[in-house]
Amino acid sequence: MHFSFFSLLRQAFAKHEGWPRQWRDPEPKPAYDAVIVGAGGHGLATAYYMAAEHGMRNIAVVEKGWLGGGNTGRNTTIIRSNYLWEESEALYDHALDIWQDLSQVLNYNVMYSARGVLMLAHTIHDVQVAKRHIHANRLAGIENEWLDPGQCKDFVPVLNLDPNIRYPIMGGALQRKGGVARHDAVAWGYARAASALGVDIIQNCEVKGIRRDASGAVCGLDTTRGMIATKKVGVVAAGHTSVLMQMAGVRMPLESYPLQALVSEPLKPIFPCVVMSNTIHAYISQSDKGDLVIGAGTDQYNSYSQTGGLHITQHTLDAICELFPMFRRVRMLRNWGGIVDVTPDRSPIIAKTPVPGLFVNCGWGTGGFKATPGSGHVFAHTVATGEPHRIAAPFTIERFKTGRLIDEAAAAAVAH
Amino acid sequence: MSRFRTEAGGRVKRDKVLSFTFDGVAYQGLTGDTLASALLANGVHLVGRSFKYHRPRGIVTAGPEDQNALITLRRDAARETPNLRATQVELYQGLEAESQNRWPSLKFDVNAINGLASSLFVSGFYYKTFMWPRSFWKNVYEPRIRAAAGLGKAPAKADPDRYTSRYVHCDVLVIGAGPAGLTAALAAKEAGATVILADEGAEFGGSLLGDAVTTIEGKSTDAWMSDVVMNLAMSDKVRMLARTTAFGYFADNFVALVERVTDHLAAPSDALPRERLWQVRAKQVILATGALERPLVFPENDRPGIMMAEAGRSFLNRYGVKVGLRAVVFTATDSAYRAAIDLKQAGVDIQLIADLRARPPADVVDEALACGLTVRAASTLCGTQGGLRVSAAEVGEVNGDLTIGRKEVVDCDVVLMSGGWTPNINLHSQSRGRLIYNETTQNFLPGAPGYDNVSIGACKGTYDLSATMNEGYAAGEAAARASGRKGGMKKGFSSLGGLAMGGGHLGVVPHDRDPGRVKAFVDFQHDVTAKDIKLATREGFQSIEHVKRFTTTGMATDQGKTSNMNALAIAAKAIGKAIPEVGLTTFRLPYTPTTFGNFAGTARGDLFDPIRKTPMHDWAAAQGAPFENVALWKRAWYFPKAGEDMHAAVNRECKTVRTTVGMFDASTLGKIEVVGPDAAEFMNRMYVNPWTKLEIGRCRYGIMCRDDGFVYDDGVVGRMAADRFHVTTTTGGAPRVMNLMEDYLQTEFTDLKVFLTSTTEQWAVIAVQGPKAREVLAPLVEGIDIGKDAMPHMSVREGRICGVPTRLFRISFTGELGFEVNVPADYGQGVLDAIWREVREAGGCAYGTEAMHVLRAEKGYIIVGQDTDGTLTPDEAGVGWAVGKAKADFLGKRGLMRPDLTGPSRKQLIGLLTVDPKRVPDEGAQLVASAAPAKGSHALGHVTSAYWSENLGRSIAMAQLENGRARLGETVYITSLTGAAFPAVVADPIFYDKAGARIDV
Amino acid sequence: MLLVTCPYCGPRPEIEFRQAGEAHIARPAITCSDDEWADFLYMRDNHKGYMRERWRHVAGCGRFFNVVRHTVTDKFVASYKVGEEKPAIPAEAAAGPRVEIVR
Repeated sequence: MHFSFFSLLRQAFAKHEGWPRQWRDPEPKPAYDAVIVGAGGHGLATAYYMAAEHGMRNIAVVEKGWLGGGNTGRNTTIIRSNYLWEESEALYDHALDIWQDLSQVLNYNVMYSARGVLMLAHTIHDVQVAKRHIHANRLAGIENEWLDPGQCKDFVPVLNLDPNIRYPIMGGALQRKGGVARHDAVAWGYARAASALGVDIIQNCEVKGIRRDASGAVCGLDTTRGMIATKKVGVVAAGHTSVLMQMAGVRMPLESYPLQALVSEPLKPIFPCVVMSNTIHAYISQSDKGDLVIGAGTDQYNSYSQTGGLHITQHTLDAICELFPMFRRVRMLRNWGGIVDVTPDRSPIIAKTPVPGLFVNCGWGTGGFKATPGSGHVFAHTVATGEPHRIAAPFTIERFKTGRLIDEAAAAAVAH
Repeated sequence: MSRFRTEAGGRVKRDKVLSFTFDGVAYQGLTGDTLASALLANGVHLVGRSFKYHRPRGIVTAGPEDQNALITLRRDAARETPNLRATQVELYQGLEAESQNRWPSLKFDVNAINGLASSLFVSGFYYKTFMWPRSFWKNVYEPRIRAAAGLGKAPAKADPDRYTSRYVHCDVLVIGAGPAGLTAALAAKEAGATVILADEGAEFGGSLLGDAVTTIEGKSTDAWMSDVVMNLAMSDKVRMLARTTAFGYFADNFVALVERVTDHLAAPSDALPRERLWQVRAKQVILATGALERPLVFPENDRPGIMMAEAGRSFLNRYGVKVGLRAVVFTATDSAYRAAIDLKQAGVDIQLIADLRARPPADVVDEALACGLTVRAASTLCGTQGGLRVSAAEVGEVNGDLTIGRKEVVDCDVVLMSGGWTPNINLHSQSRGRLIYNETTQNFLPGAPGYDNVSIGACKGTYDLSATMNEGYAAGEAAARASGRKGGMKKGFSSLGGLAMGGGHLGVVPHDRDPGRVKAFVDFQHDVTAKDIKLATREGFQSIEHVKRFTTTGMATDQGKTSNMNALAIAAKAIGKAIPEVGLTTFRLPYTPTTFGNFAGTARGDLFDPIRKTPMHDWAAAQGAPFENVALWKRAWYFPKAGEDMHAAVNRECKTVRTTVGMFDASTLGKIEVVGPDAAEFMNRMYVNPWTKLEIGRCRYGIMCRDDGFVYDDGVVGRMAADRFHVTTTTGGAPRVMNLMEDYLQTEFTDLKVFLTSTTEQWAVIAVQGPKAREVLAPLVEGIDIGKDAMPHMSVREGRICGVPTRLFRISFTGELGFEVNVPADYGQGVLDAIWREVREAGGCAYGTEAMHVLRAEKGYIIVGQDTDGTLTPDEAGVGWAVGKAKADFLGKRGLMRPDLTGPSRKQLIGLLTVDPKRVPDEGAQLVASAAPAKGSHALGHVTSAYWSENLGRSIAMAQLENGRARLGETVYITSLTGAAFPAVVADPIFYDKAGARIDV
Repeated sequence: MLLVTCPYCGPRPEIEFRQAGEAHIARPAITCSDDEWADFLYMRDNHKGYMRERWRHVAGCGRFFNVVRHTVTDKFVASYKVGEEKPAIPAEAAAGPRVEIVR
C-alpha cells in the first residue's frame, strides 16, 4: 500500500485495520542468486539496489536478530559528507545525494533533516585541519564553510563562547546540508521497499558457516534456519564482520570496539543543528522527540559486549557541559552501546575478497549511518556485477598491503 | 488542614507547615511530604499533560516510576530543573514548581486538539506522510512536530551548582533499604563485612514506610526499622547513603550511585555539592530493589485520579493524605485489598472492589468483607468518565466467555488499580545476569548473575515479608563470607500482617468497547494504547524491540518500568507467541534519569583537562603573552608590546631574532633519556637515522617512522655519552613516542639493554637564537667554551650556567646562530631571568610560538603534524637525507618498500611563492592546475604552512605537492574561500639563507 | 570500568592502563612478503570469545603484559608477563538461552 496522507486518512476511518505488513516474513528458500548477510541499513540498502537497479529479485537478506537492530538502530544519526580525501568525498557525497529524496524514493518518511553539522575548532591545529577540509570539499563541489566564533554562536545560540574555558572555540566548519535522519525509518523503509521488489528478508537466521566448493568459491551458507545455496555472498555485518569472514578463512584488518551513545529526557526545542568537536570528543543534536542525542567515544579495548565503561560517558558529558553549561541539570535517560568495526585508516572496505563470490562491506567504524544509501548503492553494484563500482574501487582490502591508505584519521585525529 | 489530610499518622511532621507554589498558586504542605503528596493533600491530581495528545494527567504512583507527574522546579534563573517527578521531589519551604508541556495553562491546553485527530496520529503515522512536498519536511512539518514534542524546557543559564565524585571499595554493597536490604546489611555487618547501604528514598525502610499495620519481631514496623537503622548507623563498618540511586552496574562489580545532597533543602549551603557520584567497587553486591506495581490496561484508564492502589496506600500511611473521598478499587491482585481496607479505615468511602479474577483468594476477600467492604469478583472496568478528574467508573461483570454482562456506573473521585507486581530486575540485567521467565506468575525473574551479586526479596519474586527478611539476612551473611570475612550466624525473622501480593493480570482487561477506537493506555506519557501495539504487530513489527521503536512504548522517561510487561503481553497475544519468545527489551543505565552534571563532576573550566605549564609560564603571562593550547600544554603565543596586535608583535619578534637575538621557552618539547650499553643500537632501530657513529658531544636531527613507513615524530638528539642519548620529541608527540619506544623495547627488541626515562618535565629549556646569541650567553656560562670552533653547530656540552648544571645545545630552529639551554626545571625561571637581562641589553626580545613557526618556515624546517599528516615518507617530507640507508632494519624500513609508497604521483613537500607577494594563502588551501578549476577537479596537494615573512617582505608557504620536486619553477594555483584560485610558483622550501651561512658563525 | 590485573602490580582500575591490541603478533623479518608485512601491521583475529591481548600499565609500572579476556563478557581469566608461557584458553561455555522458562 502506498503511504500518503490519504492512505492514512482512509485507514483512520477503517480503524487502521487495513495496513498490510511492511515487509514479508518468508521462510528461507533453498537457494538464492545472492545472499546479503546482515539486515542493517547498509545490508538492506544493498539488497534494495540489487533488486531495483540490477534486476536481481531472487535474493535474500539474512539477519541474526531483528532487522535494523545493530548499529543502524543505535547510532546518533549524523549525516555529512565533508570528508578530506577525494575517495571519501566521492563516497559520502554520493550518499548525501541519495539522502535528498530518499523518503520519496522509498515512500517512507526517513525524516532526513538538513539542519547543518557544525564541527568546532578549539586549537590552531583544529583550525588548520578544518580549513583544509573546507578547501578540499569546495574543490570537490561539496559545500562546507568556515564560521568565526560569533557566527558559530549565531548558528547555535546555546554555545559557550567564553574565552576562558579550557579549549575556547576558535571557529567551526559548517556543512549546511549535513543533518540527521530517523535511523529506524531508514532500515524499515529499505526493508519495505526491498521486500516489495521480492527480496526475502529473513530475520532470526544466524549464519554459522560459509560453504565453498572445490575451486574455493562460495557455494552456500549454513544458517540456524538451514542450508542456503548461493554463489554470491555479501557480508555487511559491521562489528561481527571478522567473525563471519573467519568462516571463509579470511582475516580482516578490523578491530571491534564498543561505542556508547546516550539520550537525555525530552526537552522543548533548544538545539537546532548537530555540533561535533573532535578535540574534546563530543557530538550532540536534538531529536524530533526532544531528546538530546549525544555520542561518546569508543572504549579502548576490543569487545563485542554492547556496553562500555562509565568513564567514557563521563568524559563525553564533561565535554558537552563545557560547551553547553546549562545542560548540567539536564538528565540522561538512556545510555547504550554498539559494536563498531574499525579499520586502520578509518575508511571502510567495500570490496571483493580473495574468495570468489564473497564480497564484504565493512569498516565504517563510528560513522557509517550517514553513508547508508551510498554504501548500499555502490556495494549492490559490486555484488551484482562482480566488479567494484567506480566510487567503491579505492576501498579495497589490498590497500593495506600496498600502502594506499585513505587515512581520514591522520588529518582529523578522529573520524565520526 | 484540608479534608484530604488525615487527622494523625504518617511520617510527616504536622507541626512543621511549609508553603509552596504550583503553577503560581500557593499551597501548604508538611515537612516530610513529597510535592506529590502535598498536592494530593490539597486535592490536586491534575499535574501534567501527555506527550502526544496533551491529555490531562494525574499522579499515578508514589515513587520514581511515575510517568505523569513531571514538573519543572525553579530555585532561581540558573537553577531550573525540568522533568522532575513530583513523587520524588521532597517538599521544602518556598518550593516553586511548574507544570510542563501545556499552553496556555494546565487546565486549558490548546494542543489537546491533537486528541481529536488521534485516529490519524496512530503509532508510526509520521513514517507514512509528511513526504510531500519534499522541502516541507525540514521547513514546515518538522519544526511543528518538534515544537509540540519535548517535555520541560532546558535551563537557560549555566548551572552554578557543583557535582563531586568519590571512589570507594567495600565488601558488600546493598542496594535498596527495604526489609530485604535492611536485614542483608545487618547480617553482613554482623558477619564482619564493610557495607554500603544505598536507597533512593529520603528514609530507609522501603515498602515498610507505607505500612501501618505490620509487626516485625513483635514490634511495629516503625520501631523495628528505627532499631535496625540505628544499629547500622552506629557501626563504623557501614556507610548509609539515603537519597542515593544505584543507576549503573558495570563490569567487575563496579556500581555507580548518585547521591542527591541538597535538592531537598530550602537553602542549601554553598559548601555542599548538589550531587555526589559514588563509584563503588564491591566484592559482593546485594540487589534488594523491590517490585513495582503495574497499571491495568482498561478503556480511559488515564484520567487524573486513577492511580496505583499501593500508591494510594502509601500516600495515606506515609504522608497522611487521602487521595480521594470516594474510591473504586480495580484489581487483579491481593495487595489492593489492603489498600482498600486502610483507606476505608481512614474514612475514605470505598464504593467497591472490582476484582478481575473469578475466584480471588477467600482469606483476602473475607478480610475485606469483615471490614465492611463490597467485593465483586469477575469484574472489570469498561471505561471511566470525567474531564480533568475521574468522576465515575463503568464497572462490568465478566462472563465466562470474557464478554461483559451487567454494567453499572459508579461515582468516584479516585480509582485505585493494581495489575500485579513486576520484580525490579533492572540492575541484575545490567550486570549481564540471565533471566528466568515464570509462566505461572508471568514475571521475569533474576537467573544466574553476571557478576558476584544476588537478588533478594521482591525483586527476586519473594513477596512474603518473613521470607524476604530471612532471605535478606542469609544473603548478607553469605556475601560477607564470600568477600573473605568470618561470617555470622543464621537468623530467622517473624512478622505479622505483611502485604499479600499474589495475583496479577497482563495486557488489556476484558471490556465491551470497540477495541479499534477506544483508548486503553499502556504508556501514559507517550500516549501509547493497546491498539497502537496491535497495529505495530499487524504491520510486521514482531520483535518487542521493533514494537517499542515503532510505537515508542517503553521509551518514556520511566523507560517502561510501568508499561513494558503490559506492552509485551499485548504484542505476544497479537502475534500468537509466548511472552519470552517475543523478547524483552534490554535494560540500560541509568536506572532513573541522572543529571549530566553528575557525570561531568568537577571536570569543568581549568579542571576539564589537565593543564601543563612550563616553569616560566607565569613569567610569560606577566609579560602579557597570550597562550595557545598545544596538546595539554599552554605555550606563549607572542609577546605584544603596548599597542601591538598579533601581526605587529610577530613581525617585530621575527625581525629581532634575525638582527639581534630572541629568547624562546622551548620547555614543552618532549625529552627522553635513552641509556644503556645498547642505547645506540636501540636508536638505530627506532629512528631512520644511523647513530652508531655519532660522536659524544654531537647532535643529530632524528626522524622516527612507525613500521608503516610514514613520518611519526622528529627531534634533535644529543649523544651525552657512549651509552646515553638526550632525545627530544615534538611537544604533542612525547607520550606516544615514549609509548612506542617502550613497546618495541619491552616486546620486540628484548635483546637490548636500555633504560628509557621521560625527562620532559625535568628540564626547562630556553632557546637563545640570533646573531648575538653567543654574546648573550657568554657571561653566564661556566666551564664550557662556546666559541665557534670549540662548540660547532649541532653539538652539546655539559657545564654550568648561572651556577646551575646545564646541558647546553648548540642547535637552531630559526636558521640563526642558536643555543638551547637545558637546566633543571626548578632553576628555569632563575636562569631565564639572567638570560632575559642579557637579551634586553643586547637589544633582543622574547618570542612566542607564532614567531617560532614563521622563522622555521623561512628556513623550510618542517613541523611534524602540520607539514606532515601521517601520509608522507621521510623522503617526501624532504628529510630523506636523514635515512640510514645502510642499516639492516629500522622502524619503517620494510613499510617504505611497499609498492604504493614507492610509486609515482606521491606528494612531496615543497615551497610556494605566491605571485602576489602580499597574499598569504590559507593553511589547508588546495593546489590545483588552473585558476578556475572545474568542480571535482583533482587536488595536486595542499598548503601545509603559510605566513607573512617580515624578513623577506613577502608571504611564504610550504605545501605537499604531487611530484613537487620535479615541478620547481612551475606555477600552480591555490584555492581561496573568497574568490578564484590564485597563482604561486613552486620553490625550494628554504626561503632564507639557503647556504646556511648564518648558522655557522 | 574494568578491573585489570597487572602481573607486576596486582589488580588496578582500567583507567591506569592502555590496551595495546592483539598479543603475540611477532614482527617479521624485513625480508618478508608484502602480505606478511600487511598481516603484521593490520590483520587481526578480532576474535569473539577468549582473546589474548596486550595491555600496558601506563599510569603504573609502565610494563606491557598479556592477558586472556573474553570479548563478549569482558571478563579476564589470566594475565601473564611478556615471554612467559601462554596460559591455556578456557573452553567456551555453551551459551544458554537468554531467558530460561520455568513454571
